[in-house]
Amino acid sequence: MNPPLLSVEDLSVEFRTREGVVQALDRVGFTVAKGETVGIVGESGSGKSVTALAIMGILHPAARVTAGRAVFGGLDLLAASERQRQEYRGRELSMIFQNPRTALNPIRTVGRQISDVLLRHANAPRAKVKTRAVELLARVQIPDAERRFDAYPFELSGGMCQRVMIALAIACAPALIIADEPTTGLDVTTQAGILDLLDELRTTTRTATILITHDLGLAAERCDRIVVMHAGHVVESASARALFSAPRHPYTARLIASTPRPGVKLAELTPITGAVPDLRGDLTPCRYRTRCERAADICDEPPLPRAEVATDHMVACRSPL
Amino acid sequence: MTGFVRHARYVFGENPVTGGALALFLVLVVLAAIGPWIAPHDPLASDTAKTLQPPSRAHWFGTDQVGRDILSRVLVATRLDLVISITAVALSFAVGATAGAAAGFFGGWTDRIVTRVTDTIMAFPLFVLAMGIVAALGNTLGNIVLATAIINVPFYARMARAEANVRREAGYVDAARLGGNGRARVLAVHVFPNCLPPMMVQASLNLGWAILNAAGLSFIGLGVRPPTPEWGIMVAEGAAFIVSGEWWIALFPGLALMLAVFCFNLLGDGLRDLIDPRRRT
Amino acid sequence: MLWDNGRTSVAGGPERSSSGPSPALLDVRALTKRFPVRGTAHEVHAVDDVTFTIAPGESVGLVGESGCGKSTLVKLIARLLDPTDGRIYFDGKDLGAIPAERFARAPARARIQMVFQDPADSLNPRFTAFDAIADPIRRLGDEPRGTLRRRVEEIAELIGLPYALLGRYPHQLSGGQQQRVGIGRAVALRPSLLILDEPTSALDVSVQAVILHLLADLRERLGMAYLFVSHDLNVVRMVTGRVLVMYLGKVVETGPADAIFDRPAHPYTRALVSAVPVLDARRRRERVRLSGEPRSPIDPSPSTCRFFGRCPDGFEHCEREMPVLRPITPDHLAACFLGGDAPRG
Repeated sequence: MNPPLLSVEDLSVEFRTREGVVQALDRVGFTVAKGETVGIVGESGSGKSVTALAIMGILHPAARVTAGRAVFGGLDLLAASERQRQEYRGRELSMIFQNPRTALNPIRTVGRQISDVLLRHANAPRAKVKTRAVELLARVQIPDAERRFDAYPFELSGGMCQRVMIALAIACAPALIIADEPTTGLDVTTQAGILDLLDELRTTTRTATILITHDLGLAAERCDRIVVMHAGHVVESASARALFSAPRHPYTARLIASTPRPGVKLAELTPITGAVPDLRGDLTPCRYRTRCERAADICDEPPLPRAEVATDHMVACRSPL
Repeated sequence: MTGFVRHARYVFGENPVTGGALALFLVLVVLAAIGPWIAPHDPLASDTAKTLQPPSRAHWFGTDQVGRDILSRVLVATRLDLVISITAVALSFAVGATAGAAAGFFGGWTDRIVTRVTDTIMAFPLFVLAMGIVAALGNTLGNIVLATAIINVPFYARMARAEANVRREAGYVDAARLGGNGRARVLAVHVFPNCLPPMMVQASLNLGWAILNAAGLSFIGLGVRPPTPEWGIMVAEGAAFIVSGEWWIALFPGLALMLAVFCFNLLGDGLRDLIDPRRRT
Repeated sequence: MLWDNGRTSVAGGPERSSSGPSPALLDVRALTKRFPVRGTAHEVHAVDDVTFTIAPGESVGLVGESGCGKSTLVKLIARLLDPTDGRIYFDGKDLGAIPAERFARAPARARIQMVFQDPADSLNPRFTAFDAIADPIRRLGDEPRGTLRRRVEEIAELIGLPYALLGRYPHQLSGGQQQRVGIGRAVALRPSLLILDEPTSALDVSVQAVILHLLADLRERLGMAYLFVSHDLNVVRMVTGRVLVMYLGKVVETGPADAIFDRPAHPYTRALVSAVPVLDARRRRERVRLSGEPRSPIDPSPSTCRFFGRCPDGFEHCEREMPVLRPITPDHLAACFLGGDAPRG
């Protein structure tokens, strides 16, 4: 069994705010194998983005990693120095953000931005940089790449900006790309095109991807494995097929049941009762307890369990479905 | 209303600086109100026997070149300076904010006219313009206020115009129209109140600036006429004596000016927090 | 509860007599909106010759991607904008007779209302929830004084908002609560037509489910017709009976929701439907890929299909003549010369 490309173990992050300490992540753990696409799904506030930012080492200054490791290529990214992280970021490990127009530098042409990355990380000779940048733009299927090299982000559509972001991310052929809601806000056909591109990259270069999304359908279609998060916990992780055909955690089941999908009538769409608990207060070991219809006294016993209900299928529940 | 009072108490209580600024502001207002009564001496009474006396027990701030008690003059001047600045700022705020908001919201000819007028005012160095207005109309108190108000109008107009322009596209503007609000009402009730919070900071900064403006005009002889006590004129008169060692004549009115401007600037943040409901918890 | 999604209502189509208004609630005919491009004589054709009807109580979906003109169409129907051409009949009366600027005080204003996509943007930050709901009642309702409070509370109950939250400001409410206020404000005057512009896009999936249930419940209780705009085809399928598909300002296909999604006739609709991510692996279909960029909406040629160039099935005739909506089945129409037959079916 090959060692995983990325192994996150017991990651815990808290934020110090004026209204108290927010326990954003609590012992989050999952792995990503080489060439695999792992989807992290959950609602807003579940901690998906915080996880990504923690791995990349670009958390908000008010955040503190209180425990855990993120081992990538033999190096624990969380314990590494900023210098070491800078060597990895952009080269072995890169990220795509949600709102492409705001994530790109508005006063620099897209070509220059790609060139910046190439010069910094790929040690490309200056003379060749422009050619390589144009190649990258063509690779992400931006039409008229030569001319678009000199375009500014505001001149491009949302879909094209996202492709530029992908070009930036793949410039140095990283082993892992973290995509945080890369297609939210884009048209469905544009979204499909972007995800097709990521798929194609995966097959040609064996790039692993972490795809963070709140869209279950997207995760089901595009990911090999899924990690379901709720209120800072990983509640279930399994292969996409196993998860969606037979979810074992009550939250996963309810999440699927509340997602509109063909063949389901409105009357069958069941919302999830309750709300995500306030992450500042005292929290029960299972943070889904207050919303769960299967909750029992046994659920109050710490610690949060991690049961392996089948090969490669983990559920954080004392009475899984 | 009680919600507002509670919020006011929170805003001023939470930030000691804002609280301090408010306390100072209240002190200034009180002094402005009762200044003439608590002044130990008549601010206009000159006593040639006691000219240029340094601070002492009889005269805490010393006396000036014609023997007037400086403490009394500084106290009494509070009212004049506050009245000038508050009136001028209120006037320019009212006119500028309304015109600017209308220009930003309606666009078209309203916008063109307002922009041309503010551009014209801003084409001049503002203090020179104030000087010109007062020189042309005569240096009465009313004209000082008017001049200060006129030169400040463009700041509010441009700010209000920008704010209204942005908010014009907001969803709640469409919602208000769907709810039966005519365009004028949408501007007055929905858009304009939302433009106010950022302008409150500008208003309080302006208060300090207006005082300095009036003081500056007095300094060059175009402002209040002697022997009326006013901080600016007192600094002007005292400036000549600094070289000869009588530092107190200019210092104390200068300190008063500084304190007032300082207080208004700090108050600005507190005012904005008070008006902006997003700061409410 | 009735989940008929408006199927029992009359399906609209372009073949009706153009000599006068019809018994439909909303009757849109040849509606066109062109915007001038600044500094030039060119025009953007945002909405081009759109014709459709909505019957009383019917729920109609409107789908299309960015740039298709659905936002402009919605603003035209809500009378926030004036059309360049065409007519809008509401309950038999020509709404275009009153310009958009003065429509706020028109008698029909209360009968057409809208719920917006982003509740944070569509609620006035200085208005409490109470103020937001009360404002249209004050402006357009004929409530005797003194009963306003009770009326707002009735609406709060209708939309499932606890009374205690009425005194809160938008930033003190959750996304779902904010959207409830937006809905409460829109239904306060019992409109006959409610336009919903992506009402749940900004909400989490579990909150979305609750709001969709609320909307269906309200529709049944208040007898409103819905025009439901959304980019989420799964949601549209669930809550509407009939769907209009727009592309670059024109309606390219219209028909019952199930027909549109299961048997899309227009190549664009096929591409659109195939691009929607599907949870259930067994229901996935082959992707229809689109190439190139959309045609320009500026001064488009009136004799070329708007989809030509991107269409995987286009042929030379498509470049020489603009297709119009023609029936594939009596209630399913598509604007395509291939008439629903395509290589991939």
